[in-house]
Amino acid sequence: MITLAHWLTLSGTLFILAVAGIFLNRRNLILLLMCIELMLLAVNFNFIALSHFQGDTAGQVFVFFILTVAAAEAAIGLAILVVLFRSRRSIQVDDLDEMRG
Amino acid sequence: MFQTILFYVFAAVLVGSALGVITSRNPVHAVLFLVLAFVTSAFLWMLLEAEFLAIVLVLVYVGAVMVLFLFVVMMLDINVEAVRGGFVRYAPLGLGILAAVVVMLALLAWQKTQELNFLAPPAPAPASYDNTEVLGSVLYTQYLYPFELAAIILLVAIVAAIALTHRRRAGLKQQDVARQVAVKAADRVRIVKMPAEGQE
Repeated sequence: MITLAHWLTLSGTLFILAVAGIFLNRRNLILLLMCIELMLLAVNFNFIALSHFQGDTAGQVFVFFILTVAAAEAAIGLAILVVLFRSRRSIQVDDLDEMRG
Repeated sequence: MFQTILFYVFAAVLVGSALGVITSRNPVHAVLFLVLAFVTSAFLWMLLEAEFLAIVLVLVYVGAVMVLFLFVVMMLDINVEAVRGGFVRYAPLGLGILAAVVVMLALLAWQKTQELNFLAPPAPAPASYDNTEVLGSVLYTQYLYPFELAAIILLVAIVAAIALTHRRRAGLKQQDVARQVAVKAADRVRIVKMPAEGQE
């Protein structure tokens, strides 16, 4: 029997792995973007599992919108990455210190 | 019982591929692991009777977004070793946070299982249940304005992505239709009157 705890644990594990990935790969912008995609996937898991267990389709509609916004975010993020690489020849986070932050 | 086995198999593949995303040395491998994670999630969403979203995940994410990622990773030839230089240095911090949150999650999942299971598993949907139809019927009535907003967001994303990455190359030969249409005969042909030779 698959209970709600199974789904929530799976989604929590996925989210933690994505957070750990951000800490491990924090020099590479493209891997940071991929870890954000993993996080969104974990959130979507929660939405769908709770929508299924409550018998309410609102959660699935939310996932639909999250997918839309995530696709837009990925497209713009990758476009910015390409522009950055063209002007800097590098996408390492360490090199992006123009503003001395 | 069969569903439980499926759940554990796909959950194991999903967690394994997420580990692959965050630890693989080559960004191309990381993207391919991410594709595996999305496909496995689509299978798991089918177990949750969210068939429409499972198909959308495969079509939109694996079909479009991940291909975009792969394209960008392959286009920008990244120096893999330089990128991975900080891996060992940041590993203790990452593993520390990982361990802390795993402990918290274990407390939540194993000690407080009763609270997590506050909703009983629902009965399987009847064969006549159509997930796409149900979603469509609320999406075009109750959530019509959010739906239109989502369309506008996608349009803005298209315009932004093209405006950001489009560039005019110097020395590129291209048509200028407006100038072609506006041209007059006088611009193209010049009649020069000159005396014929040898007639003086």
